[in-house]
Amino acid sequence: MDLLNAFVALSNFVLIPAIAYGSQLALGALGVTLIYGILRFSNFAHGDTMAFGTMVTILFTWLFQSWGISLGPVPTALLALPFGILGCMALLLFTDRVVYKFYREQKAKPVILVIVSLGVMFIMNGLVRFIIGPDDQRFADGERFIVSVRTFKDMTGLEEGLAIKTTQGITVITAVIVVAALFWFLNRTRTGKSMRAYSDNEDLALLSGINPERVVMITWMIVAALATVAGVLYGLDKSFKPFTYFQLLLPIFASAIVGGLGSPLGAIAGGFTIAFSEVMVTYAWKKVAGYALPESLAPDGLAQLLSTDYKFAVSFVILLIVLLFRPTGLFAGKSV
Amino acid sequence: MIVVDDIHKHFGGFHAVDGASLSIKPGSITGLIGPNGAGKTTLFNVIAGVLKPTSGRVTMNGEDITGLPPHTLFHKGLLRTFQIAHEFSSMTCRENLMMVPGNQSGETLWNTWFGRKRIADEERALRAKADEVLEFLTVEHLADHKAGQISGGQKKLLELGRTMMVDAKIVFLDEVGAGVNRTLLNTIGDAILRLNQERNYTFVVIEHDMDFIGKICDPVICMAEGKVLAEGTLDEIKANEHVIEAYLGTGLKNKEQVGA
Repeated sequence: MDLLNAFVALSNFVLIPAIAYGSQLALGALGVTLIYGILRFSNFAHGDTMAFGTMVTILFTWLFQSWGISLGPVPTALLALPFGILGCMALLLFTDRVVYKFYREQKAKPVILVIVSLGVMFIMNGLVRFIIGPDDQRFADGERFIVSVRTFKDMTGLEEGLAIKTTQGITVITAVIVVAALFWFLNRTRTGKSMRAYSDNEDLALLSGINPERVVMITWMIVAALATVAGVLYGLDKSFKPFTYFQLLLPIFASAIVGGLGSPLGAIAGGFTIAFSEVMVTYAWKKVAGYALPESLAPDGLAQLLSTDYKFAVSFVILLIVLLFRPTGLFAGKSV
Repeated sequence: MIVVDDIHKHFGGFHAVDGASLSIKPGSITGLIGPNGAGKTTLFNVIAGVLKPTSGRVTMNGEDITGLPPHTLFHKGLLRTFQIAHEFSSMTCRENLMMVPGNQSGETLWNTWFGRKRIADEERALRAKADEVLEFLTVEHLADHKAGQISGGQKKLLELGRTMMVDAKIVFLDEVGAGVNRTLLNTIGDAILRLNQERNYTFVVIEHDMDFIGKICDPVICMAEGKVLAEGTLDEIKANEHVIEAYLGTGLKNKEQVGA
């Protein structure tokens, strides 16, 4: 039995990746939940919005790299991020102007808007593939590790190594900053309060002199920022491939629904719930169990509950359980 | 001041408002009565911009305001309250009131980050005003309560308070007394009268409580089946043959004769 090594292995393969992945999901789910709370529909185009924002960021990253600009150990993508956000904002505001505005004025039912967002999704999907291609793009540069396996082993003398990727560190730090800024914005500023008021009671908000178009515009801008940040962090951590972003839609929606649609706090809790479940269920526990259990009990097989190919099934099952037993989600958002 | 000219509002084949015309004099408290389904609330919704009329015109001081969105009308000083009180349930009563005035400087993203001092000054003034309004309505102890948790009658008061946060010219109150006990109804009635006299508000009140109407309203307009039946003081309305037939029914007529 060697609990210390077991914990290091657990951190290396489960805790740290899950925290990073959870932060990315939480940021994505925040965007979904904001749209649901304020514009009142489930935005199926969110995954591809993330892909678009990330694509713009990648293009700017390449531009900066060709100019020889870099941030040293930190990925150049962070420098390109603001441009990605602006590009994404432009796209979303344009989409709103030419598509969603029409349906809003018709006072279309949410289910119609969901189908409309499905159409928008296909267009964005095509747009991204058209511009950058359907292939994998790696755009992370700079230092790869904050702590590498070798330095960790040298430092502690432990048998098991622990690696923290730069991208994982950046993901967590950025997520904390973005979430703090968002909550400050929603709770403390007049604009944020108008958004909450509009989400709480649309009729009354209109009769309180709140301009709905402005609330909608600011919502899209915030969503664009969240989506791009989430997309870029995910892309830095793994890699950028348009189809993967489309696939992310499921865990992101699962996070938003598990936490309670319309509840920002819920989206964060949901993101981490989904991420931890996904990573823990698909991780091969052989190594950790080998350290933690007496030798006679150590598993012969991989002790992996589910192949990583099925990782999306995990979000699906959690989604089902939540919808069956607590349809409003953990933080009692609006019922679906 | 407000002139409603031949408004029609059809929902499919159903004519909720069927050629209603009326005018509201500045400084008056006009009562709007009529049986359920007479089209009173629909007419309110049309005037307040929530619904677009099928045909007809609404003018305010000669300006055509037909079909303008509610928040635009709000800035022109035309406010309404709801039959069932609406509130921002997760905010405190004070915050509810502070939400009301539109076009605050904190509403633009730029000022949120770079105009902090201006916003702070504005918020301070608003806060003082909100407290003053709560005091006027004698519910200052509710300032920090979540609006979702106060009683139905207090929500009605809050609705009235909302109209006081801005320089309202004309306020449409939809069944302000529904589900409110006598004592609180008197408080609301007093507040309406005081606002009318001290601040020169014009009110239009939908109400089923005839005592309440009799106490504060002059003139009274009676609607039935989407049309305006009669206009006058409550006593004139009560004496009007058409009205008795359509609305007050024989029950009240008998009661009057008995002298109750």
